[in-house]
Amino acid sequence: MARSPFAIIAGLTLAALTLGPVAVVLIRAGGLSALAPGDWLALRFTVWQALLSAVLSVALAVPVARALVRQRFPGRAVLVTLMGAPFILPVIVAVMGLIAVFGRAGLVNDVLGGLGLPLVDIYGLHGVLLAHVFFNLPLAVRMLLTGWQAVPGERLRLATSLGLSRAALWRVIDGPVILRVAPGALVVIFVICLTSFAVALTLGGGPRATTVELAIYQAMRFDFDLGRAATLGLIQLALGLGAGILALKVTQTDGFGLGRDRALVRRDGAGWRRWTDGMWIALAGLFLLVPLGAVVLRGLQGLMLLRADTIVAAGHSVAVAGASTVLCMIWAVALANRRGELLALAAITVSPLVLGTGLFLMLRPFVNPFTMALPVTALVNALMGLPFALRIITPQAEALKTDYGRLRASLGLTGWAWLRLIWVPRLRRPLGFAAGLVAALAMGDLGVIALFADPDRATLPLQVYRLMGSYQMEAAAGAALLLLALSLGAFVMLDRGGRLAEA
Amino acid sequence: MKTFTFAAGLLLATSAVAQENVLTVYAPDYFTSEWGPGPKIEELFEAQCECDLQFKPGELLPRLLLEGDRTEADVVIGLNTDVTKKARESGLFAEHGVDLSSLTLPIDWTDATFLPFNYGHTAFVYDTTKMEAPASFDALLNADDDLRLVIQDPRTSVSGLALVLWVQAVYGDQAQAAWEKLAPKIVTVTKGWSESYGMFTDGEADMVLSYTTSPAYHIIAEGDETKKAAIFPEGHYFMVELAAKVAATDQPELAQDFMDFILGEDFQSMIATGNWSIPAALDQSAWPEGFQKLDLPESVLFYNETEAAALRDEAIEAWRAALSQ
Repeated sequence: MARSPFAIIAGLTLAALTLGPVAVVLIRAGGLSALAPGDWLALRFTVWQALLSAVLSVALAVPVARALVRQRFPGRAVLVTLMGAPFILPVIVAVMGLIAVFGRAGLVNDVLGGLGLPLVDIYGLHGVLLAHVFFNLPLAVRMLLTGWQAVPGERLRLATSLGLSRAALWRVIDGPVILRVAPGALVVIFVICLTSFAVALTLGGGPRATTVELAIYQAMRFDFDLGRAATLGLIQLALGLGAGILALKVTQTDGFGLGRDRALVRRDGAGWRRWTDGMWIALAGLFLLVPLGAVVLRGLQGLMLLRADTIVAAGHSVAVAGASTVLCMIWAVALANRRGELLALAAITVSPLVLGTGLFLMLRPFVNPFTMALPVTALVNALMGLPFALRIITPQAEALKTDYGRLRASLGLTGWAWLRLIWVPRLRRPLGFAAGLVAALAMGDLGVIALFADPDRATLPLQVYRLMGSYQMEAAAGAALLLLALSLGAFVMLDRGGRLAEA
Repeated sequence: MKTFTFAAGLLLATSAVAQENVLTVYAPDYFTSEWGPGPKIEELFEAQCECDLQFKPGELLPRLLLEGDRTEADVVIGLNTDVTKKARESGLFAEHGVDLSSLTLPIDWTDATFLPFNYGHTAFVYDTTKMEAPASFDALLNADDDLRLVIQDPRTSVSGLALVLWVQAVYGDQAQAAWEKLAPKIVTVTKGWSESYGMFTDGEADMVLSYTTSPAYHIIAEGDETKKAAIFPEGHYFMVELAAKVAATDQPELAQDFMDFILGEDFQSMIATGNWSIPAALDQSAWPEGFQKLDLPESVLFYNETEAAALRDEAIEAWRAALSQ
């Protein structure tokens, strides 16, 4: 489908919507402007923390995902679902949850203090990494799991009946799965962390943890220096795309061959591996779920304080999430190939601030930007979700082409028939996962609403910020809990929908 | 398709609103929430103007500068002194024409363009049940390094910028040395006030950079008198919020009515609990009871916009250098 008119239109709109705003901001600014000396320090820190965050997240995800693939236990499905939650939490809420656990007055230090041990200090580069791993480990785990689940049961059965040693099993199955998934996961996480700002600053403990996105915010909001903002935005874009090109070069896309879709339990997780696997699962579960528990606890009381406007905001968020998901999935179906993915990476690498300002300038001559608050948010959230959706779908879509290419050619399946008979049914699982992720992200993302805000059309994340800004910390925690529940609900619904084929 | 229908529906819904006698007011985002002052301002003003006041919340000056003369705004409310210079130079604003003699600010205010509506001071807020307040800024600098302080970034927040100017005003050339003493006590720096204050109420920090008026919220809304602002004899930095009339307004009379309304009694007696700040033109005896209980500084420090613009980079750099070590 790579060259169908559908794909070309989808690709062009995507390019126009991501690169267009940057160009518009540049034109408005009258060109690029020079960087301040501090910007280079920010750039160095940004790349360094993003790189470390990506490597750590993926490296830790490998044993956790493998443990989850090898072991079956009651509550496994629920755990896998819940573990996805940190990724979809709004930043400010997640940070509060992390601080409640790892902060100076947090749970960990309470325990350490109780035992008479020295306390830990979360603030610093390690705090930034902790937060980024918290957000992105679940994503990496899920990507790897999806990769492993794509291995046909027949392969495993053959491997078992051949009596392959663990080393051989690693060589023919686990190794290739990791090689297929890891580079893309690394890039996506690297790119998300490139635009990190509030998390990095808060947990980084101060100006040492200044990122490029902070400099863009400062340039836009305090100095009104669009030129500098656009220059920094372009540097960010170049970094993200560079990483993307590199990853696509090293990613393998050969398929695992066809199977009859029988689920098969792996037998190589027996013996002492049960214990090491169990340890990995328990550690990851604790690390991800305890801060979530803190968010829930903080929010329970606040739920009582929620008033009508928060409920209305929740309605807006659900509508935005629905629209974003539909739009994003249409794009994803059209662009599930390598070039499409690279293009989509541009969407999250562009600073949301530059994107928002650019769209504002683009729309202004035609419509009143205020009336466009929710549609623009939906559109931007669809854009932001696309790289994740594609990263989840593309590896298997490419493998599908290899595996079913001959069948397709011999039957002469074209466009719609191929999509309906093979593509969608075969990719149900990643499609469901991707749709769930996009819906949840769209629910929780502030997007670019700052320039487009409308008093009557707040989304739930914006409402959380508004409540906090008016001393309503408890109500904000309640609203955050509602947001978590809605995001998780949307995620579970769509993800389950995709997995029904499994039964 | 769904998106399209959705978007179209929203567009129709909005364009149905009558366009006559609408006063468009740009305000900061927190202003228009149910808990902010926006709804009360709207109610009070609409009761006297026979018009429709519409708030458009969001980034104030960045948006205005992007829109230029074609802006929809008639009035802007919620500006801070750190942007007035830029705002003035843009030429987008007209003189407010309001008699300033009723102002009750602790400093002399004669600006013909930017009209103050409420004020406060930077201050470190703490919990009296957990610690004793340092008696002065010096005492804070020399306090034990166990003291946990959370502040805001001067590059991304108005209150953070006020803090570095405060330190600059108190310590002058020695500002960086002062920051170096403060640095070990600073748990972290947040992007905005909300995150910091959340960390304080969660017990992650003992003291938070906030305003002298913050305790009033706890007294009035929560009946809690344990939160106090530490008052320093060196003085506190003055923070004022301003409104201004847009020169290109197509509702000049309504806009003028609104400017006059701001210093009137209705607005002034509401704004204390509406925005948790001290009214700009209301005698102390008329403040709500909770505000009368506030500890307020005797001495007030303030740089006008020209001085602040000249000092800003230096003050931020002293902060950055000291906290980056």
